[in-house]
Amino acid sequence: MAENNGGGSVWVRTGQILTAFFSPIPLLGWLSGAVFAIFLEHIIGNSLAVLLGLPKIPVLFGFVIALKEPTLIPGAIAYVSLIFVIPICIIGRLSSPVTNLVAEKLLKLPLFFSVVFHVGILYGVLHFWSDISPYRVLTLKLTLIAVMMTLSLNVINGYMGEFSCSHPGFMALGAYAASVFSLVFFTKDRIFGEPLLSPVLGPFMFPLALIFGGMVAALGAMVIAIPSFRTRGDYLAIISLAFMFIVKSMIENLEVVGGPRGLSSQPNWANLPTVFIWTVLCIWIINNFVRSTLGKALNAVRDDEMAADAMTVNTRRTKMVAFLFAAFWAGVSGGLFAHVLRYVNPSTFGLQKLAEVLAMVYFGGLNSVYGSIVGAVSLSILGEMLRPLEIYKWIFIPLLLILVMIYRPTGLIAFKEFDVRSIVHPRKRDKE
Amino acid sequence: MIFFLQNLVNALQWGSFYALIALGYSMVYGILMLFNFAHGDIFMVGAYIGFGVATGLLALVSTGMITAPNWMILVLTILFSMILTSFVGMIVERVGYRPLRDAPRASAAITGLMIGIILETGNLILLGARRVSFPALIQTETYNLGGVYITNKKIMIVVVSLALMLALHQFVQRTKWGMAMRAMAYDYTVVPLMGVSINTIARLTFAIGSALAAAAGILFGVAYPVLDPYMGIVFGWKAFVAAILGGRGSVLGATLAGFLLGFIEIFVAMIFPSTLRDLIAYSIILLILVFRPHGFFGEPYSARLRL
Repeated sequence: MAENNGGGSVWVRTGQILTAFFSPIPLLGWLSGAVFAIFLEHIIGNSLAVLLGLPKIPVLFGFVIALKEPTLIPGAIAYVSLIFVIPICIIGRLSSPVTNLVAEKLLKLPLFFSVVFHVGILYGVLHFWSDISPYRVLTLKLTLIAVMMTLSLNVINGYMGEFSCSHPGFMALGAYAASVFSLVFFTKDRIFGEPLLSPVLGPFMFPLALIFGGMVAALGAMVIAIPSFRTRGDYLAIISLAFMFIVKSMIENLEVVGGPRGLSSQPNWANLPTVFIWTVLCIWIINNFVRSTLGKALNAVRDDEMAADAMTVNTRRTKMVAFLFAAFWAGVSGGLFAHVLRYVNPSTFGLQKLAEVLAMVYFGGLNSVYGSIVGAVSLSILGEMLRPLEIYKWIFIPLLLILVMIYRPTGLIAFKEFDVRSIVHPRKRDKE
Repeated sequence: MIFFLQNLVNALQWGSFYALIALGYSMVYGILMLFNFAHGDIFMVGAYIGFGVATGLLALVSTGMITAPNWMILVLTILFSMILTSFVGMIVERVGYRPLRDAPRASAAITGLMIGIILETGNLILLGARRVSFPALIQTETYNLGGVYITNKKIMIVVVSLALMLALHQFVQRTKWGMAMRAMAYDYTVVPLMGVSINTIARLTFAIGSALAAAAGILFGVAYPVLDPYMGIVFGWKAFVAAILGGRGSVLGATLAGFLLGFIEIFVAMIFPSTLRDLIAYSIILLILVFRPHGFFGEPYSARLRL
């Protein structure tokens, strides 16, 4: 590499310098950089935006402003680099001796403390980042819900290797069940009348509503899990597709929950901490699930069902558990979705949603918790950022996905284990 | 009895759209072992191309450059649109499927879905969000056969679709190209060694499937003359259901299942409130698949084309 004198060597050199610069920064370092950047934005964000001639603080990293008003592109770039990129890099690098030390000390304790510490800081960063505008809060909540949904679909489509199209159906079941639960018991509304229990209890019982939604979705998943014993692949895809249509059509015909008009006035309980905690729980549990014996059995069923059966994997039980488990989390994410938007209607959970979730799973990467997080976050943020392009957004995003599929057919980060210990581990310098 | 026969006529018409589209799915599956999820949108593109061709021909007639009766214009429209749409199908194959021939099948499904979205959006950008109405090329005439009302459009639609299916059958059975397609469906790996190019055959299959979808689109435009860019989504997925129900890769099965789906939908809508149509239709399909998990003509755990 070093003898290369072509144009490539400059890039290689730059890459080496950048790697050397960034490699000693642990996750904690990045987080502390982010904390600094957030405070910077809170303190000088407004005046900097005025100084650079921007109408207001760029909400999603300047993309929306830059795409709406091309003359503001330099201002938006300057804002993002001054507030986010440069401070995060510099603070992260400068603080890396300290943060490495802290991360090392934390790792001496049980892993739990280290994880809670990191997640806590991450929450703080997200909270204060989204504090600036309600649009950020909404985007963040929907992104977190998309992460849950993508992860749960990845359990079936990635880890078990089936092509399930029923996720919008599970989500719809969860969304309606959770909404009905909270409307019947804790809220006064047009359809169900007076609450059965005191509304004061409501926010504390919200997890129960979500779990109820998840349970209902899991019950619905039985309809797909049982035929999956006898068939695979395309036929199961059709069964799950039919299930999705059935659920949608059933809800449209149920006048009790509003029929095609939808169900509204869900209580406003799904605030950012709730959504965040549920997402972290979901990542934690699904990550443990796919690394357990049962999770490995999923891979065995995917690769060769007969061989797995011969190796004493109980394939029926495995399929059943995987479907119920994935549907449960899809239902929970649906319940959160309903309480975030505070309005659901059956047409939300149609083919459009299906294409969206499938795209997130296959874009991020099959068989990988990392991939699902990356896919869901990048596609949902990208979808929001490209909003000013209006209709051209739907040319751009599909093209991007086609390119990803052509050059990386299994997705960006496929078949990668999500190892918490190596993520929070301190980074050592290479030379020492 | 009359009630039944009347709905039978309607169902035949409705089912011929599904059958024509499902044929395209099934043929591609037979060759490449994957489903072309952009097929529903190719149906939509076909209908719009037909709209363009018909409008153009009518404009030529009105300026007096050519003289042709309306039925001739319809025939020409169907022919031209089938040819033009087959090019669209070939482009879709080149862009979305050839680079992914050795990739996991689900990835190709994603590219198909995304190409479908691009086709819809492209149409929306080109023509705007308003719906266009297909020019009325033939006047509706209603015949009363002992209480059953049949329009000339219905007869034409059913006859044209059956003729196309018969033509496809003859093509596949009697020509060298058809023999190559059958061979490719029989063994995907060995036949290319015998000097048959898989790329050519795949392109041909996409072209034929798209041409059939275009014909379905124009016939749909004749029967229900309002086109919108998203009309392909629901039709595409339902025809996909029909293709699977018939047994994957089975052309006969796809045809029969297409008609069956039409029958189920029409009769459910007649007997029950029409809002329950999807619910009951899909429940029936679910039940069929639970008891016959590989469709009508599909073989369990192997996928061969039966032509």
